[in-house]
Amino acid sequence: MKLTYTPEQEAFRREVRGWMEAHVPAKPLPSFDASREGFEAHRQWERTLNSGRWGMVTWPEAYGGRALDLIQWLIFEEEYYRAGAPLRVNQNGIFLLAPTMMEFGSAEQKARFLPRMAAGDDIWAQAWSEPQAGSDLAGVRASATLDGDHYVLNGHKIWSSRAVFADWAFGLFRTDPASERHKGLSLILFPLSAEGVRVQAIPQIDGETGFAEIFLEGARIPVENRLGEEGQGWAICMATAGFERGLMLRSPARYQVAAQKLVQLYRRHENEVDPTVKAAVMQAWMDSEAYALSIYATASRLMAGGKIGPEASTNKIFWSEMDIALHRTALAILGPRAELLDTAPDAGDVDGWLGGYLFSLAGPIYAGTNEVQRNIIAERMLGLPKG
Amino acid sequence: MDFTFSDEQRMMAEVARDMLVTECSSAAMRHQMKSGVARDDVRWAKICGMGLPGVLALEASGGLGLAETDFVLIAEACGYTALPEPLVEHAGVALPLLVEAGGETSLLGRTTSGEATIAVGHPANPFVSEADTAEALLLAHRGEVHLVETRNVGLVRQESIDPFRRLFRVEWAPTSTTRIAPAAEGDVLWTRTLDRGALFAAAQCLGLAQRAVDLATDYAKERQQFGKPIGSTQAIKHLLSTVQVKIEFAKPVVHAAAAELSARSAYASPRISQAKLAASEAADLAARTAVQVHGAMGYSWEVDVHFFLKRSLALTHTWGTPAFHRARVAQRIFEGPLGPDHTFIRESANA
Repeated sequence: MKLTYTPEQEAFRREVRGWMEAHVPAKPLPSFDASREGFEAHRQWERTLNSGRWGMVTWPEAYGGRALDLIQWLIFEEEYYRAGAPLRVNQNGIFLLAPTMMEFGSAEQKARFLPRMAAGDDIWAQAWSEPQAGSDLAGVRASATLDGDHYVLNGHKIWSSRAVFADWAFGLFRTDPASERHKGLSLILFPLSAEGVRVQAIPQIDGETGFAEIFLEGARIPVENRLGEEGQGWAICMATAGFERGLMLRSPARYQVAAQKLVQLYRRHENEVDPTVKAAVMQAWMDSEAYALSIYATASRLMAGGKIGPEASTNKIFWSEMDIALHRTALAILGPRAELLDTAPDAGDVDGWLGGYLFSLAGPIYAGTNEVQRNIIAERMLGLPKG
Repeated sequence: MDFTFSDEQRMMAEVARDMLVTECSSAAMRHQMKSGVARDDVRWAKICGMGLPGVLALEASGGLGLAETDFVLIAEACGYTALPEPLVEHAGVALPLLVEAGGETSLLGRTTSGEATIAVGHPANPFVSEADTAEALLLAHRGEVHLVETRNVGLVRQESIDPFRRLFRVEWAPTSTTRIAPAAEGDVLWTRTLDRGALFAAAQCLGLAQRAVDLATDYAKERQQFGKPIGSTQAIKHLLSTVQVKIEFAKPVVHAAAAELSARSAYASPRISQAKLAASEAADLAARTAVQVHGAMGYSWEVDVHFFLKRSLALTHTWGTPAFHRARVAQRIFEGPLGPDHTFIRESANA
C-alpha cells in the first residue's frame, strides 16, 4: 500500500491542468437540459475535449482514448472538476454504454460507434425504464420483432435522460415474445431520429426537460444494432448497472469540489450560523473524502485484477445521500436566501446551490432506486433470502 | 499509488482471524466471563505462537519489524471477535512506544514474545486498561514518558459495563529513574501513541461493526415470523444494508489512515481522527441495529450481541473522544489545503 502519486502521475496531473486551464470555457455553459442551444454548446465542448484526446482517457487509442489506467482516470477527473469544466452531456454514452460495448460489442460496433461517441458526434440516451417497469425492470414489455434483417420496435420507454436532444438511445427490448421476466431480452441501439420513434419531453422538478418518454411505433432497426446475443440483454444491462453504480458515473472529485465550495460558503457566513451547521459542513467534507478513498481502493483492486461486485450498490447509496446532505447544508447556510433563484436581484452567492439541491433529490431514484440497492446489498453481500 | 493490501498482509490477518474466531467462541467467552479470569492462557499462548505481540516490534528483539499497515487488519479481527486479551493495546500501542522511547532491553524481548505485557496510561485516557496483568506501565508525567513496574504502583479498579475490560486508576509517583524519555521527545511520542491507539481502536470498531451485522444477519435468516424468515422482509434488509454501507465507507478511511501513519504522512493524524469517527459511528449503528433485529432476544444476556455493543461503546470514547477527533479534523479542513487534488499528501503540501 502506497498512497502517494508517482512523479509520472504528478506530471500527468500537470499536463491535464495545463490543458484544462487553456480550454475550459471562462463562462459556464447554459444547461444542456434546458435548450437546444445549451445542448449544442455541450456537444461543442465534447468536440474540444476530443480534439485534445481528453474525451475518454481510459479508452484504447484506436477509439480516441489514451489507454490510461484507473488511477490516471481519477487524476484526470480531479483536474476536470477542479477546473470547473462543463458536465458531460454524453455521460450515458461514455460512462455506461461504452464500457458495456467494450465488453460485449463486436469489433464492427466498436469501430462504428465509439469514435463518434468520443467526438461528441453521437450523444446517447438510455431507454430502459417503462411506465410499468421501473424498479421492476424485468417487467419490460417493449418488443423487438425480427423481420428479415431488421427488428421492428414497439413500445413505450420513459425517464430517458437527455433523450429530447440526443442522437441515439440504447434500449432494452423483449425479442422473444413468449419469454418472461429476465429471459428473452436484448439490448438494441437505435437512432432517436428514426422513423417510428417519437420523443416527448417531460418537464422535471426544476422545470427543465432533462428527461423524456420515447414512443416506439414500428421503428425498423437493422439487426447489426443489437449489442451482444439475442436474449443476453438482462446480463448486459446488469453489467452496465455495475459500471454505473460502481465507479464511473459519479467520480469522487465532483463531491470533493462541492465540499470545498461548501467550506468556502461556510467561511463567508460563519458568524451567521449555529454550530450544527459547522458539524454538517465537516461531515460533508469527511464523506467526500471517504468516497474518494473508497474509489481509489476500488480502482487499485480492479487494476490488480479484481472485479466489481455487489458492493457497487453501496457506492450509489453513499454518494446520493452525501449529495443531498451536502446541498441541504448549503441551503441552511444561505438561510432566507436559500429559496432565491440565481436571477433574483439580491441572490448574492446562492450560486446554483438550490438547483444542485433539487438535482440531488433525483440521486436516490435514478440508476436503480436506493431501495433496490439496499435489497441487492442484503441479498448478495449479506446473503439474506429473497422476499 | 496503490491502495491494496499485499497477499502477505491479507494472509497473516486471515490466519489470525480464523484462530481468534475459534478461540473466542461464544462458549469460551461466556466461560471466561463467568470465571472472571483476566486472560485465557490457552488463547494467549496461541496468539504468542503466531508472533502477534511482536508484529510492530523490532526484529532485533525478536519482533517482526512490520508497520501499522501490517497490523490494522489484525486489529479488525480482534474487534470482530471482541477479544478479551490486550493484544491490540500491547502490540499495537504499548510496545511501539516502549521501542520509540528507548525502554530497557530485557523487557523488550519478553514483551515482544508476549511472555509479559505492558500497558499505556495516555493522558487522553483517564484509566489504564489491562494494567493489572501488565508487568510494567508506560505513564505520562508532564509530557515525559515513564516506565514503571506495576508492582510499584497502586491500582484502583473501575468496573466497566464491558465484562472483558479491566480498567484502573493508577496511583504512582514519577522519579528520575522511571523516566525513559524527556518532555522534549515525549510530545511527539505521546501524539504518535494516541494516533496508534485511535487508529487501532477504529480498526477494532470496523470488526465489531461487521460482527454485529453478521450476527444479526444469521439470526434474520433463521428467525421465522408470519411464516417466513424475518430477513426476507425489506424492513430488516434495509436496516442491515444501511449499516453495511456505513462500514464500507469507514473501511477505506481506516486503511488509508494506517498507510499514512506507516508513511509518517502529515495527513496521518487528521485521517486517523476521521477514521475513528467514521468507524465508531459504524460500530454504534451496527450494534444498535443488531439489538433491534434480534428483537427481545437482542435485549437479553443470552445472545452475544451485547459483547459487541459494549466494546463499541467503550472504544468510541477512548483514545480521544469524538469531540477531540472532530477538532483535529476541523483543523485539517479549515487550515489545510482542500480539493480533489489534496486527498493524498503531495509535495506542495509538505513544503
